[in-house]
Amino acid sequence: MSLNFEQKVIKILGQDRAFWDPATKLCYSLDGYPVQKHTPRAVAMPETNKEVQALVRLCLEEGVPILPRGAGTCLSGGATPPKTPCLLIEMARMQKILSWSPEDRTAIVQSGMVNLDLSVIVGKKGLYYAPDPSSQKASTIGGNLAENAGGPHCFKYGMTADHILGVRFVDGRGEMVVADLEDGPDLVGLFTGSEGTFGVATEVKVRLSKSPEMVRTFLASFSSMEAACGTVSRIVREGIVPAALEILDHLTIEAVEASVFAAGYPKDAEAVLLIELDGPRDEVEADSPKVVKILKEEHPLAVESTTDAEQRQSLWKGRKGAFGAMGRLKPNIFVLDGVVPTSKLASVLSKVAEIGKKYNIVLSNVFHAGDGNLHPNLSFDGRDPSETRRAMEAGLEILELCVMSGGSISGEHGIGYEKREAMRYMFDEADLSAFRELRRCFDPRGVCNPGKFFPTGGGCKEGRSAKSSEGLDV
Amino acid sequence: MNLEQSNPAYKHSLDCVHCGLCLPACPTYQTLAQEKDSPRGRILLMRAEAEGEIALSEPSLGDALDNCLDCRACESACPSGVQYGKILEAYREKLARLPSRNRRARFLGSLLDNLIASKSLHRLSMSSLRMAQALGLQKLATVLPFPRWMKEGLALLPRIPKGSERCPIAPGIYEPTGPKRAEIALFTGCMMETLFGRVNRAALRVLQAAGCRVHVPPNQGCCGALHLHAGLQDRARPLVERNLRAFPKDLDAIIVTSAGCGSAMKEYPSWMGQASEFSTKVQDFTEFLANLGLGFTPRSVPMQATWDDPCHLCHGQGIRKEPRRLLAQIPQLKLIPLEHPEDCCGSAGIYNLQKPALAHSILDRKVKDIQKTGVRILITANPGCHLWMESGLAKLDEDYQVLHIAEVLAKAL
Ligand SMILES: Cc1cc2nc3c(=O)[nH]c(=O)nc-3n(C[C@H](O)[C@H](O)[C@H](O)COP(=O)(O)OP(=O)(O)OC[C@H]3O[C@@H](n4cnc5c(N)ncnc54)[C@H](O)[C@@H]3O)c2cc1C
Ligand code: SF4
Ligand code: SF4
Repeated sequence: MSLNFEQKVIKILGQDRAFWDPATKLCYSLDGYPVQKHTPRAVAMPETNKEVQALVRLCLEEGVPILPRGAGTCLSGGATPPKTPCLLIEMARMQKILSWSPEDRTAIVQSGMVNLDLSVIVGKKGLYYAPDPSSQKASTIGGNLAENAGGPHCFKYGMTADHILGVRFVDGRGEMVVADLEDGPDLVGLFTGSEGTFGVATEVKVRLSKSPEMVRTFLASFSSMEAACGTVSRIVREGIVPAALEILDHLTIEAVEASVFAAGYPKDAEAVLLIELDGPRDEVEADSPKVVKILKEEHPLAVESTTDAEQRQSLWKGRKGAFGAMGRLKPNIFVLDGVVPTSKLASVLSKVAEIGKKYNIVLSNVFHAGDGNLHPNLSFDGRDPSETRRAMEAGLEILELCVMSGGSISGEHGIGYEKREAMRYMFDEADLSAFRELRRCFDPRGVCNPGKFFPTGGGCKEGRSAKSSEGLDV
Repeated sequence: MNLEQSNPAYKHSLDCVHCGLCLPACPTYQTLAQEKDSPRGRILLMRAEAEGEIALSEPSLGDALDNCLDCRACESACPSGVQYGKILEAYREKLARLPSRNRRARFLGSLLDNLIASKSLHRLSMSSLRMAQALGLQKLATVLPFPRWMKEGLALLPRIPKGSERCPIAPGIYEPTGPKRAEIALFTGCMMETLFGRVNRAALRVLQAAGCRVHVPPNQGCCGALHLHAGLQDRARPLVERNLRAFPKDLDAIIVTSAGCGSAMKEYPSWMGQASEFSTKVQDFTEFLANLGLGFTPRSVPMQATWDDPCHLCHGQGIRKEPRRLLAQIPQLKLIPLEHPEDCCGSAGIYNLQKPALAHSILDRKVKDIQKTGVRILITANPGCHLWMESGLAKLDEDYQVLHIAEVLAKAL
């Protein structure tokens, strides 16, 4: 008797790690991007590299698309299933640290390991994993790798890409590829940021960093957003390299202060700026007075500063919970990720506010000011088609504005479904074809996370046949 | 009337923005790593049910909601302020009304009514169980030809304390030992009273020493929390009404020694308007004492112990600092911090009887954390957790002791 697809998945994993009940399928129908929703055909929870490979090979035989998934915190629809019902490969059960060496400052982890869990383990030896997306309590190393995630401290320490030394992945041909920075061509760099379109990462070798000797966090509140942005440009101009420079606007402050993440940010401020200096004690002590001097000259409403670990954490708490806290305003939020030069922060933000007004969409801002990475949050009610459309249009217009101002459409959240059309603001057909060509090397049949990343118009065969995967021209 | 008005749970579900920050806090997600066993997944399912995307009778939806401990750790983690408990309890009630679940709900309801809410039956069953356990019948039962469900049920039951420990307080009015500082009542509960009379007796002595005139009203009874968690609001209502009648009106506070009861009693007004005056007076034992101040100089109690936050104290009532503040006042009591003190132990009302396998894996994590502290005394403040963690610790070789915080304070008198 021939087995159907689902039975074959069970044959690989056993009954208790393969699911296609309606509740499971619905739960996996979207990530943190609230606009698009498709249910997967089935959900598989592998525990070994071999199982992952067997699942990918099965999907190739059966022509079923594959979606790797970590914690589903992606904000651009990267972890939302493609239209053609896929096999969703949930990596959350592969969350072990396989080995680590405090001397070499490296660790090899399974890709489903949660970012913060790694730092907790290696923290015992005074080390940590530097990339710190605000989702780090939940998001996985594999998801961070696939999105090249950033975080507040990436201004000084770089993005995920700067901390990855090797990847083991099963590519879209069903081959197990071992990419190592020290060995062969830089496949590691290629895989980083590939958003699950090259295959499924099973193991990741990461660089660990030494916990800084001293950390000082400043919280300054301002009566205008211009003043806060001006302070950031001055700090950057004067050659100080803080670990983090983060700004929250008035609406965000209000929402955060109403939440369990209340951090005591002054509610009357138009903007608050978090500045963090870290490193060797003498360096932090040398930079602190410079920051204080700049702050004084920019006339903040109030300034607090602390080196106490607990107090620092509470200052940061509000920032880390900011995205979720905005959920108080409307049932859905859609967060953008455009980048602009720091010198243009203030002027772009005022244009962003105008766009919000034009489309009549509640808009708030919390962003990585140091590297000009904006995160306008558009609050809307997904049940209202007109409001949803306005939010999407406002989003595209803001991304276009970022590109026109000399920036880009994405700092760290990836392209996914959300920004695939906006790719055209930055890349012409020749660039896009080159990207497609590259991807075909790993995934010639376009089974890995299809329908994302590339713009749909021109060269796309979305929905052409049920068998062929969506979106990608192969 | 639109959906948000007709279905308040739906309105609460709209607060969730699907950010996933609650995933690490959720014990079932941590154990099963499945989206449908996470708060984010469960909220999505309940919202989808209201919007007509999935039927209430769909078994996988029911399973997902049954697996939830109702520990509300997700509420403490959620930046968007989702009131998860309210959504879940509304859905548990809807589920209990389903014809396909009706028999089960009725069975559970009568079990709760008879064994827990009815004091005399509860006492009788506890004494017989205690006797059976003392005689080793529990072990014997595993080899006898009893039906499987009975064997499993018996094997799961935690150790029942001996009679002298169970003996409840006599109703009446107890005068303060020094000058009077407050006029209060002690809520004795059902589990707490029949299983842990010793805890209520300790609490009473501490409260008297703190200058309280303490009423122990005779006609009080079960608070209905377990019924509510099971979606049996109709059966909880008469229990609440009984308590509204039982307590005098002019009190400064109604003191509860069981975190689960206190949390439910504070939340009565959300579904029973006439309870608001009563509910505003409800305070946890630790909350009340920490705010009032001990009023006596605690004697030293040389011991090393660790404190575990009951879910319905920290997540349900937001009480975290108070118990620690009280314990810190006792000379020579050294409190060693527990890792993940706010994680559920798996007891969760009667969850451990309904979902034994999952409850045991969650308990294992807690036991490991307790072992790591190196101490042998665990302090907590909820009878269900108390028994459950005691049963987990009893399996280890070392001698562990579990105490209610009131008992520790009583030692300092
Ligand atoms: C509250 C909140 C705050 C956030 N803050 C930040 C921030 O500060 N900086 C930032 O950069 N991002 C941030 N994000 C976005 C998101 O957390 C990141 O993109 C994160 O890297 C996603 O990780 P994940 O494990 O949730 O992956 P998922 O969302 O599950 O997946 C993301 C993508 O990676 C792919 N993928 C996942 N695992 C694998 C694997 N093993 N192999 C191959 N592909 C895989 C998926 O197919 C998908 O395309 C935030 C999100 C939220 C909800
Ligand atoms: S109540 Fe507890 S078990 Fe239920 S979803 Fe919330 S955290 Fe998870
Ligand atoms: S933390 Fe709150 S808003 Fe975020 S997914 Fe969980 S319940 Fe929803």
